[in-house]
Order: sequence, then structure tokens, then C-alpha cells
Amino acid sequence: MSALTGDNAPDGGEGRAGALRRAVAATGDRRPRVALSVLLGTGAIVAAVALLALSGWLISRAAERPPILTLGVAIVGVRFFGIARALLRYLERLVSHDLAFRTLADLRVRWFRALVPLVPGGLPGLRRGEVLSRFVADVDRLQDLYLRALGPPLVALATIVLATAAAAIIHLPAALPLLVMLLAAAVLVPLATRSAARAAGRRQAPARAALTIDLVEIVAGAPELAVAGREGDWIARADGHGADLARLQVRDALAGAVAAGLGTFLAGATAAAVAWATIPAVHAGTLDGTLLATLVLLAMASFEGVQPLGAAAQSLDACADAAERLEAIADRPAPVVDRVDPVPLPPGGALRVEGLRVRFTPAGPWVLDGVDLRLEPGRSVALVGPSGAGKTTLAEALVRFRDPDGGRIALGGVDLRDAAQEEVRAAVRLDGQDSHLFATTLRANVGLARPEAEPEAISAALGRAGLGAWAAGLPDGLETEVGELGARVSGGQRQRIAAARLLLADGRFLIFDEPAAHLDAAGAGALLRELAGTARRTGQGVLVISHVRHGLDAFDEVLVLEGGRIAGGRPGAGRPI
Amino acid sequence: MSLGRGLVAFGFEAAGRVGAARVMGELRGRLVRHLLVARPGGLAGERRGELAAAAVQGVDALESYFARYLPQAVLAVLVPAAILAWVVPIDWPAAAILLVTVPLIPIFMVLIGRLAERSTRARWESLARLSAHLLDVVEGLATLRAFGRAERQAETIADASDAYRRETMATLRVAFLSSLVLELLAMLGVALVAATIGVQLIDGAIGLEAGLTVLILAPELYLPLRNLGAQFHASADGLAAAERIFAVLDEPATVRAPARPVPAPDPADAVVRLEDVSFAHPGRGEAVLDGVALALRPGETVALVGPSGAGKTTLAALLLRLADPERGRVSCGGVDLAAVDPAAWRRRVAWVPQRPTLFAGTVAENVRLAAPGASDAAVEAALRAAEAWDVVAELPDGLATRVGDGGRRLSAGQAQRVALARAFARDAPLVVLDEPTANLDPGTAEVVETAIARLARGRTALWIAHRPALAARADRVVTLEHGRLREIHGGAHGRVRADAREEAER
Repeated sequence: MSALTGDNAPDGGEGRAGALRRAVAATGDRRPRVALSVLLGTGAIVAAVALLALSGWLISRAAERPPILTLGVAIVGVRFFGIARALLRYLERLVSHDLAFRTLADLRVRWFRALVPLVPGGLPGLRRGEVLSRFVADVDRLQDLYLRALGPPLVALATIVLATAAAAIIHLPAALPLLVMLLAAAVLVPLATRSAARAAGRRQAPARAALTIDLVEIVAGAPELAVAGREGDWIARADGHGADLARLQVRDALAGAVAAGLGTFLAGATAAAVAWATIPAVHAGTLDGTLLATLVLLAMASFEGVQPLGAAAQSLDACADAAERLEAIADRPAPVVDRVDPVPLPPGGALRVEGLRVRFTPAGPWVLDGVDLRLEPGRSVALVGPSGAGKTTLAEALVRFRDPDGGRIALGGVDLRDAAQEEVRAAVRLDGQDSHLFATTLRANVGLARPEAEPEAISAALGRAGLGAWAAGLPDGLETEVGELGARVSGGQRQRIAAARLLLADGRFLIFDEPAAHLDAAGAGALLRELAGTARRTGQGVLVISHVRHGLDAFDEVLVLEGGRIAGGRPGAGRPI
Repeated sequence: MSLGRGLVAFGFEAAGRVGAARVMGELRGRLVRHLLVARPGGLAGERRGELAAAAVQGVDALESYFARYLPQAVLAVLVPAAILAWVVPIDWPAAAILLVTVPLIPIFMVLIGRLAERSTRARWESLARLSAHLLDVVEGLATLRAFGRAERQAETIADASDAYRRETMATLRVAFLSSLVLELLAMLGVALVAATIGVQLIDGAIGLEAGLTVLILAPELYLPLRNLGAQFHASADGLAAAERIFAVLDEPATVRAPARPVPAPDPADAVVRLEDVSFAHPGRGEAVLDGVALALRPGETVALVGPSGAGKTTLAALLLRLADPERGRVSCGGVDLAAVDPAAWRRRVAWVPQRPTLFAGTVAENVRLAAPGASDAAVEAALRAAEAWDVVAELPDGLATRVGDGGRRLSAGQAQRVALARAFARDAPLVVLDEPTANLDPGTAEVVETAIARLARGRTALWIAHRPALAARADRVVTLEHGRLREIHGGAHGRVRADAREEAER
């Protein structure tokens, strides 16, 4: 989180404003709807102001005891404005909420597309889980952009103009204090609210962070703390940090409350100022006395248009922060970019790695330093080696998740860098080390690459991955929900589902990165033997990357990756390394 | 008067927030105690990070309820009453109208509010689902790209968002009607009052000043009631978030401290027994443990093996008294542990979990977790015994290197050895250990294994073993399958040993 905000911190305001502008631009053309929403919002406030101002006039006039008929028009007007206000408010809420949801849909797609080329490999140095959940929260936050941040200022502006104009028509000298006070409120209320909230946020951040650490540790480490007999210490710690935070919250609440009271106070002060500017004219007889109440009530009511600016300022701040963090991610260069005129891959041929060198930073150490490897259709290769040897980096290079910094990878003689990424990944399939189990059905998870696959084909793939009995025993079978919200799936089952997914895919080469890391010895051996057998059965080329050494006897070739190169291996099956 | 109103607005805001801060502290305190004392076995499920977030932010979300909704509810009662009291002496016909119309508002609010509550909840839940969906596909983005499905997924996101919009707008059209009806009611009330005042003014029954006062007060009477409706929408979000915490607090305690505890027996010279023990996780029908009997004699090392999900971790939790059995009993030297204070029993136990937590602090502080009084020399000795001294030596600040949140990230193997050092420092007669499995390369695994064997020496030990190599070092191997225990004697035991030998030779 801090790593991200840190990126753009120096250019402060400009970066935030620019990020907001680009976020607005990203939502497609929503101007007609924005205009409609602002129009309805302004209409509702105009109706409210007119209602109160007209009521004031009505009563002042009534006090002069005119014939009741002369009041008829005003009485109808009061009812009209009252009903109009309620209806306009209702329509405005519908239009603005609809706008917010449309904006959200635009933003989700836009930022998802921006993220696509960066994963994996494009977000180095950022803790991925944290970045991604933050990313989703930020995208959701931006739905407030029109509803709560940009709409209210536009409505406020329209209100100020219309209220001042109306006051000017009735009595010009009253318009000046009204304009001044409305503008003052439009500036002061958001400033006061914002500075109170900012200061509070700044002061509270460390206390909040300390408390968060306590709670994360307690949620994750409760069993260890209990066994160690330290639960009392952590309770005291969380209580202490909680009390610190509460103390700051109470103090900052006072500042926030001052900002809340300010708007109400200014509205009353404005009414007094308008009265003060109008009374001389009434005394002098140049202005009808019935209009005094009209002006005063108009002044008070028009504050309804500027009151929401405090909350709008806070929303705008939050949106700007979110937009800035999102930009910081989206501005990162994609690790792999397609050529303008990609070359089609030939229909057959071997996948050859020649002198492959890769490093993560331009001057960093070589992770892969001259790897030579040949994968052929119908043959199985196992790649073993200590952790940190660069096995996963090699797998990523084979599917063009990253490009070589030296040497080359070619399929049927065509350098992968000259081919389109999509085409490479259709030919060379990867079951990555952290293959994701999506929150959907077992069928959709296994059939990811072939959504049209028959249930029998999916069951068969699950069977080959060692999950046949398990899947058959599920009450809902292939329609069982798995993933985050679904049935609980162990780490080993998760790996087997991912392996089944790849066995079902129709790639020419299948690469399994650590498919058996969470399996016991017998399970790992059986799965690896099955994967090796796939090559002979289907004619696909199979590469299995593993630190587990069970079942390697079934492979046509076993290679050892160490120190960034192939350090040894054996051709043929059966002999120990 | 405007100054007064500003002050009142200030007062309410301030009082509400102060109250909210207090309630938040109380709720958080209860959550913390529940997690550490009543259910120390840890949470079932994988969404632990979310609960921590809810405990900081979700409780904060309650603020809109306590600081806005509740005060507004009080205002909704007090303000109309005060205004009525004010208006009656000035203009009783207007007061009568107000008195008749005001109760209409709460009645309509109850009628429409029910509807609004359901729709607000539905909206909140579907928004949460939508966020969860985006997070799910974003987390699986590498997988989607590997299978060429990223672009399709972007379309799915657009479709899902659009479907959500249509669905939500349909409910909102009805939900917002509540505000519309309330506004119209308030409007009607004010219009009636205005007409009454007008007639009275024309008749000369009341003066202009009184008429204006009543006219200005009339909308104020309805305002708090209408605001209450608006705040209801805001506070529902907070309440729905906080329900997550209440759901945890509602889970029953798994461990109960006896009122009059007996002294804790010492496993150094007494047999620890599980006697016909059964255990099921609440809400999930199938028993995790089903009539398990096991004896751990002083000084012996027992390896517990079995497929994942067989209940090995639950069995360990019962020994550690992180949970108490549903049926049967865990005893030591014939004393039922349920009669012993949990903390007193745990002082006789050391535990190395499969994925140990490193707490925010230095390495030394982490080793001292279970032995806060250990000297520097004792910490070093523990680290050396755990084969973790070279790990510490590589760290920039040695023993003073900060780890855990905000500190240096240790690899799984390194964290495992620090956790082993904790157990050495604890020096307890009974050791429960869950062997690390995934992602240790063979060299590291062997080093850790040696340290584990050293820890068991001279102590009673239960190992949850995943690799045959470790099981082969135990005195006895037992298998847990489908919640039932099977002792492996002679031949079967020999098979495990043979597997291990085969593995070592490879």
C-alpha cells in the first residue's frame, strides 16, 4: 500500500488531479446522464427554496388581510413546489444511482483490462495479495465519483447562481450578502470538513496500523498465543492500542463536529445578513414589506444546496487517492508486448530453449544463465532442482509470461517473441505453481480452457488427476461450488484440480509447475507417473517441474536445474540420478 | 438562534462519535477475548484476513449507526415533542394539525422501512458478491491468461456489473419510494399548517410574528423523521459489515475453564491418554474424530500419520486443550484435563504448528514467545538446537532483526526453525509437532528433521508426520483415517521404515 502511494507522492496535487481526470475519462461518455442528474438535483433544491420563499411571502401577505382570492395563485404555487421537490428528489436519486452503477461497470472493465498484461511478473516488489485486494477496493471506491464527489459541487454551483439571481431580482442589495455568504460556505464547509478529516486520518493512522497488526496476529495466531500462555499480553496490547485509537477518535470527533455545526451556523448568519441588507429598504418604503420574509427564507433554504459539499470534499479526496493508486499500478510497463505483425506458429515441431538467460532487474544477477532444453511432442521431461534455482522462471518464459534477456525459445523454429502471446499460450499450456481455484463450480474450474467440454471428459480428466472417487462422491457432483465460497478443498485437491484443468486443455505442450507439492509421497508418485504417461498416450509434450522426487522413473528424461543452468540429468527411464 | 442551532448540531455529532468510539472499543475487546480465550483453536475456513479487516474497519462502520442513526432516532422523538410544546400556546389549530400528521410518518416509515431494509441488505450483499467476484478473477488472472480467458473474463465482468445494476435499480425504485412518501407527507403537513395560519392571519386571530414562527417550525418538526429514513440507509451498510463479527462472537466456546481447577498433572512422569474421544465441528455433521483412544507414555515419541482431512490437527488441538472433546476425555496420570485450568495445562506443553506465525517483533522476542523470561544465552542455545542459528547469522541485525508484520519476511523453512527454537526455549515435558511439508527442498527438510528428533529426546512427543522419513524416527506410528485410529505394528511399521530407507537411498 505505502509502496504504491509513495510512487506519486512528490508531485502531490497535480498527480491526484490528473489521476481523477483520467478516471473520469475512463468512464465513457456519461455527460448526458450527469447533466440530467445535476438538472434534477438543482430542480429539487430550487423547488425547496421556492416553496419556503413563497410560503414566507404568502404569510406576510396574509397578515395584511387581503381578500383570500388574491392568495390563490401563491397557495397553488406552494403545493406545486412541494410536490415537485419530492418528485424531483426521487427522480434525481434514481438517475444518480443508475449513473453510479454504470460508472462502476466501466471502471471495473477498464482497470481489469489494465491489469491483465501486468500479471504475472509486472508487479515486482509488491506483495501481491495486498495489492490485488486494495486494487478491487479502489475500483469500487471510484463508483462514488459522480454520485457523491462531482455531482454535489455542480448542484451547489447552480444553486448559488439561481438563488443569487432570484434575490437580485427581488432586491439587489440583498443579493450581495447572500452571494458572499453562500460562496463562503461553499469554500469553508468543505475546507473545514476536509482538514478535520485529514488531520484525523493522519493522527489516527499509526494507532490504526498498530491495532490492525494486533488483530491480524490474534486472528491468525490465536492457537499459538494460547499455548504459549501469552493470550493475556495480546489482549492487553489490543485493548491498549484500541484505547489509543478511541482517544484520538474522540478528539478528532470534536473537530469533525465543529465542521458539521459550521454550515448550520452560516445559514442562520446569512438570514440575518440578508435581513440586515433588506430592512432599510422596507423602512424607506422602496420595497414591499411582504418580500422581507421571502428573502430571508430564500437565503436560509438555499443553503440546502451547499451543505452536502463537506461530504463531497471527503468523497473527492477518497476518489482521488484511489485513482492515484490505480494509476500507479496501471502505469507500470507490461513485461511482455506483442509485435505489431506477429508471425503464426507452425503446426508442428519441438519447443527448443537455447542459451536462455533471464534476470529480474537490468543489472541484477542472472536467474537463468544459459539454459538449453528440448521438449518434443509425445515425450515427457522432468525438471528438478533446489528452490530458488529458477524453475518457475523457466516455466513462465516457456509460455511468454516473460521474454528472454538472452538466448531464445522457439517453437517449430519460430522465436516465441515473434509470435502472438495468445497463440503461444494456446500451444504451450501452463499449470502454474499458484494456479487459482475460481469461486464457481468444479465443472467450470476444470473446463476453464474448454467450456464446451462434455461432463464425461471433465470426469475423465479429474480421474486421471486422482480425484475420480472424490468427485463422484460429491453430493452435487461436477456442479459442486468450490473456491472461496464453496466446498472446502484441501491444498492437495486444489493442485489436482489444476492438473485436471491442464489435462483437459488441448495444448501441444503441457507444463506442470510443482503439481505435487502438497501431496504425500504415494500421491505425488502416482500423479507424476500419470502426467508422464500422458505424453505417450496423447502425443503432447510434457514438462513437469518438481522438487518432489517420487515417480520420476516414469519420465523419458530427468533434468536438474541448478545455479541457473541444466546441471545434469539422465536420458531414458529407470536409472537413479 | 442560528448560533444555538449550530451548537446543537455540534453537540449531537460530538456525542454520537464519542459514544461510537466507546461501543467500538467494547465490541473489539469482546472479539479479541473470544478468539484468544473461548475459541483459541483458530477459525475454521479461509477468510481469516477478512475478519481482521472487519474488526478494524467493520467495527468502524458501526460508527454511522451509533453516531448518526441512534442520535437521529432520539431526535426524531424529542424534536417533534419540543416543537409541539412550543406551537400549542401560539397557535393551537396548527398544533392540532401537526399532532395528527406526525404519527402518520412513523407509521408509513415502519411499513415502507421494512421494504427498504430488505432492499438495502440485498443491495449490500450483491455489491459484496460483485466485489468478491472481481477479487476472485483478479487473483486468478495469471491462470486466466495462461488459458487465454482474460478477455472473455472482461466481458463477463461487464455483463455481471450490468445485471447487478438492473437488478439493484429495480429494488431501489421501490426503496426510494419510502423517501418520496415521507417527503410528500411532510409537505402535506406544512401546506395544511400554512393554510391554517393564512386563514387565522386573515381573520386576525394571530399576529404575523407568531404565524412566521409556526411556519418556520413546522418543517423542522418533520425534518428529523425524514433524516432518520436517510440515515437508516447509511447505517444498514455498517450493520451488515458488523454482522460478520457478531457471527464469530455467536460461535460457542470450545474450551471452558473449570470453576475449581485441580492442579495440572505432569506428563514428564504420567501417561497422557485420549479415551474414546469424539469431536465434530459445529455445523458440519460428520465427526472429525470418532472414538479415538491413544496413550502417550512418558518419554516416548509417537508419529501420527494419515491422509489430509483425517482429523490429525484436531487431535493435536485436543491435546493442547485448544478445544475440549465432545465425548470421551483427555487425561494425564488419570486426571481428566477438563478439570484442569487450560492455561496451567498448556504450561506443560510445547507446540510447533505446521505454518507457524511470526509475530511483529525481533527474532529474539519471537523465540521468547513461550518463555518470556529466557536469557540471551538460552535464546541462542534454543536457536542452535533448532538448527536456526545460521538463519539468524544471515539476518542483517542478527537476533535484533525485526520479523513479522512490517519486518523482514522469512521463508517457510526459516520460520519453521524459529518456531522449533520456541519449543526448545519452552522446555516443556510434552511436545506436539506438525511437520512442515510443502516447499522445503530436500536439504532443508533433512536439517529440520534432525532438529525435530533432537527436540523429542527426553520428552513425550506426538508428531504429525507427513513424510515417511520422519515417521521412521518415531518409536511408534499410528494412523488416523476417517476419524478412527489404527496402530501400526510390526509389518506395517516396517513398511514405513522401508519406504523411508528407499527414499533416503534415492
